[in-house]
Amino acid sequence: MQEPKRRFRFPLHIAVFLAPAVLLYTLFMVVPLLNSLRLSFFELGNQDQQRFAGLQNYIKLFTDSNFAPFFWRALRNNLVFFAIHMLVQNPIGLLLAALLAEGGRIRNFFRTIIFMPTILSVVIIGFIWQLILNPLWGVAESMLEAVGLGDWFGPWLGKPETALITVSLISVWQFIGIPMILFYAALIGIPDELTEAARVDGATAWDTFWRIKFPLILPTVGIVGVLTFVGNFNAFDLIYTMKGANAGPDFATDIMGTFFFRTFFGQQLQLGNPAMGATVAAMMFLIILTGVLLYMYFWARRVQTYEL
Amino acid sequence: MKTTPFSRMWDSIKHFIPLVILTIYAIIALFPVIMILINSFKTRKGIFGAPFTFPNAENFSLVGYETVIERAEFPSYFLNSAIVTFVALALTLLIGAMAAFALSEYDFPGNALMALYLSIGIMIPIRLGTVGILRLMVGLKLVNTLTGLILIYTAQALPLTIFILTQFMRQVPRDLKDAARIDGASEYRVFGMILPLVRPAVGAIGIFTMIPIWNDLWFPLIIAPSEQTATVTLGVQQFLGQFVSDWNAVLASLTLAMIPILVLYILFSQQMIRSITAGSIK
Repeated sequence: MQEPKRRFRFPLHIAVFLAPAVLLYTLFMVVPLLNSLRLSFFELGNQDQQRFAGLQNYIKLFTDSNFAPFFWRALRNNLVFFAIHMLVQNPIGLLLAALLAEGGRIRNFFRTIIFMPTILSVVIIGFIWQLILNPLWGVAESMLEAVGLGDWFGPWLGKPETALITVSLISVWQFIGIPMILFYAALIGIPDELTEAARVDGATAWDTFWRIKFPLILPTVGIVGVLTFVGNFNAFDLIYTMKGANAGPDFATDIMGTFFFRTFFGQQLQLGNPAMGATVAAMMFLIILTGVLLYMYFWARRVQTYEL
Repeated sequence: MKTTPFSRMWDSIKHFIPLVILTIYAIIALFPVIMILINSFKTRKGIFGAPFTFPNAENFSLVGYETVIERAEFPSYFLNSAIVTFVALALTLLIGAMAAFALSEYDFPGNALMALYLSIGIMIPIRLGTVGILRLMVGLKLVNTLTGLILIYTAQALPLTIFILTQFMRQVPRDLKDAARIDGASEYRVFGMILPLVRPAVGAIGIFTMIPIWNDLWFPLIIAPSEQTATVTLGVQQFLGQFVSDWNAVLASLTLAMIPILVLYILFSQQMIRSITAGSIK
């Protein structure tokens, strides 16, 4: 420790300030998380006796025909889910933020409206879209017909080929407010002097954005990317609400979160298995940790942060 | 540069393109919600016959709301959600601010390590510890209690809250605190003095911690699934599951679940957004 900022007093008050937060956080978050990780190396008996099982649960997860096909499918679906968010949600969020950042009363009004779906519960969103896309009600179909695309319509949520993409796009529709507001906050933080010079030189708005503003908000681009990754590999509510724990049709929308829930709690005829549930959670932990570390190593360390 | 009539016309078109894009997206964002709101006040015939129009004298009906009020414990769901969200938020703000004060104010050994430890939870979702949390809750006899949910949500919200508040407290001028100390104020008094100054950060914390708590389905489903402790999100989810085919009831319950949040959002959206952007401007 370097020389203290101030005269070091008896640190009892420091302990008092820190204790409640540290205790609560440790007891209800860190310890259960570590306990779950520990449990993934154990086998549970009927009376809740634990027997050390080494890597057996993991081997089972990767090879047993009751788990492996589901695991790999959930992982693949989750990657598609993430890819759609990165390709659709974040670019559109950036576009909207760039347009909103120009300011003005009308744009503040749009900002409020566009952020609105983000504050609603996923359960509500899931049901709303289920109704809108329901062929029985026919709202989506009439809308498409109005713009001459009536033939496009199909039972998108019910067909295995389209269900995952549809669910992903609904999630994009809901959460677009998060990248939008983060990009927006970064963009309005850029001082006018920096773009003024370019404008005087006759640069177009397009050039100014990509040559000046975008490089300045690269740190935010990274944060949005890693938040999307963590959020997507932790997602559950939307698919559970729209397609149930079985993530139908035929597991076409099964992602890590729903797979974890089923493994832990069981489904229909199959009993829940806490040890295997913990193993799935441990894999999710590893995936998320890898993503976060890659971000910290390759993005946060290399991208220049400018003090504006 | 020469200005031709064509280029002048193009300039004025260009001026409107952003507004056109924003308008289209605002419609996309608003349309599904409006569809639910207006159709919840119609008869079944009206819902299917004229979904795109506002309710009129012919098809106006509150039958959906009657079913919901009869069959679902909405007031109880709201109360549960309000208690859980409010207590968790208050607890998070208080003990989060205390920890943030300690981290930003004192240069004690292990400060950086403690800050790192407390920030792990920003990136690692608490859900991954669910197996351990359920066992802990069973052990503490907190299954099917609101207390259990409050403790989990406080633990979940603390890391980000401490992170944001630490940044904020670093900006409070030192003179203010030192003047109080010279006057003989204890460290606890100094903390009490600083606390109101971080109010601008509360909006951002609210948006990033309170909304996920109010909307969460996972922990109510796993830790507190009973009818007595059901939150709005869980209550609506279960109600909708039972009444899928009763369109009036489904639309009415969705509307009831949305209205309080939408009203709060419209009232506070300016402050919330200003609070988020304040951090970036400094």
